Amino acid sequence: MAIGQKEVEHIAVLARLSLSEEEKVSLEKDLNAILGYVEKLGTLDTEGVEPTSHAIDITNAFRKDVLISFEDREKILENAPSKLESFFQVPPISEGISST
Amino acid sequence: MSSYPEYHTIGDLSEALKKRKISSVEITQAYLDRINRLDESIRAYLFVDTDGALEQAREADEALRRGDATPLTGIPLGIKDVLCIEGKPTTCGSKILQNYVPPYSATVIEKLRREHAVFLGKLNMDEFAMGSSTENSGYQITRNPWDLDRIPGGSSGGSAAAVAGALCAAALGTDTGGSIRQPASLCGIVGMKPTYGTVSRFGLVAFASSLDQIGPMTRSVEDAALLLNVISGHDPRDSTSVPRKFPDYTEELKGGLKGLRIGIPKEYFVDGMDHEVEAYVRTAVEAMRDAGAKVVEISLPHTEYAVATYYIIATAEASSNLARYDGVRYGYRDPSAGGLKEMYEKTRSEGFGTEVKRRIMLGTYVLSAGYYDAYYRKGQQVRTLIREDFTKAFGDCDVIVTPTAPTPAFRIGEKTDDPLQMYLSDIFTISVNLAGLPGISVPCGWTKDNLPVGLQFIGNLFGERAMLRAARGYEQIFPAANRYPEIVEKG
Repeated sequence: MAIGQKEVEHIAVLARLSLSEEEKVSLEKDLNAILGYVEKLGTLDTEGVEPTSHAIDITNAFRKDVLISFEDREKILENAPSKLESFFQVPPISEGISST
Repeated sequence: MSSYPEYHTIGDLSEALKKRKISSVEITQAYLDRINRLDESIRAYLFVDTDGALEQAREADEALRRGDATPLTGIPLGIKDVLCIEGKPTTCGSKILQNYVPPYSATVIEKLRREHAVFLGKLNMDEFAMGSSTENSGYQITRNPWDLDRIPGGSSGGSAAAVAGALCAAALGTDTGGSIRQPASLCGIVGMKPTYGTVSRFGLVAFASSLDQIGPMTRSVEDAALLLNVISGHDPRDSTSVPRKFPDYTEELKGGLKGLRIGIPKEYFVDGMDHEVEAYVRTAVEAMRDAGAKVVEISLPHTEYAVATYYIIATAEASSNLARYDGVRYGYRDPSAGGLKEMYEKTRSEGFGTEVKRRIMLGTYVLSAGYYDAYYRKGQQVRTLIREDFTKAFGDCDVIVTPTAPTPAFRIGEKTDDPLQMYLSDIFTISVNLAGLPGISVPCGWTKDNLPVGLQFIGNLFGERAMLRAARGYEQIFPAANRYPEIVEKG
């Protein structure tokens, strides 16, 4: 199942990555090589085999739905690349829309 | 304090501290001095916390004076930079987290602080724990202290190099496909990954949530047990941590090799394995047989599918875990983007390195509509088959023994052109994470080029007892805690 430039561009959109032309070419090569290797799983008969999604067999870990507040909101906001009062500030959803 | 290490293990150090032969401040300063002299060459540390470490050492000395000391009190440790320490930089080896300062500490960090352990600083790693050589760090390449032209392994390469180079008494690493055990093997030290769910992942920046585990990287098997005693335990803040009573791991070391059934998987002795690695591993197995262990041949038939399975599952989980790096709340943000979508794309493209992007792309693809069943679901099914291989094998043995890595440390740049070649260096460690089992690597030889070779012991689920007993038993045949590379011996 080979991947071409169109698929690379589609995956990049899903992954929110903007790739240079060189990166697209090199990723096409790498992804095809890796997927080619991974194809060997297709030769295994897994009919009726339960998928493993969790390494250890434990059941749901429930806890009471009680709010525990985090005392130091300021420390969280300190990491923000851009903030306004207690908000994280970001560019507008569409370029060209006024921010006021 | 002489420049050559006087104390080699946490055990030795702890005793000297208790007997007041030395203070925590003195030993911390000694490590800081050695970091100053040697780390320019080794480049293990991303961040050295001189003031913080000495402050913690003073507190530790207070605790020692009060008689409140425990084995980790006053012991200077290095921490892989994927673990959050409140108020200290955490980059995960990535430019996308430059200047990120966590507002909280990981559970393992809180536990170690309660014992008054000392943190010397944060250690280099492959970006977001993705790699087997530490060459994928966004900041610097760490060198193997045994040969500065070679890699220390990865992704916990900084941790392994620091322990091997006597730049800390021990370190914490993390292991998703072998990232503790492989660098431990390549650097001639002990590295252990516990059974999945043993150590809380709260505060561990996630790569692949069903595979990641934090573990000790140390100079001796007993030191690994001492560290594991502190960091293990159920944590309500990590719903994947197992609600189970964990033992005193130092008790699990006892018993020796006599009567232990050691399983040797025939699929692990393959073409392409370095001759010296194979020779040292076979010699080790014979030595254990001479010491009274029973050696049995076992089979793990799905071994050849493990790397492929891992690179579907781990990359899928990574693509999900790394979706949070969008420049909104923390870390790097592209300042030029005019709109939100552009900001996400540019931030992520500029902030992430090549290998991380490669894995995000792969993971996104295998989860995408139309491909999910063929790749991801199939991968999960093969994971079941791999787990079943081990369950069956442990019916015939108590512990499984294998080489840790197929070769000794390779040269910097040697495998960077071929990602698949790099992935295959995890061939012996990867199944262990897929099955959730515990694994430990201990040194078993040094090649004619004076490069370390590691021996891996794999235990059954929560079977650390047999695994540690075997590793400790073997260590008594081949002790290596006092063995240092030339760069340390020369001071």
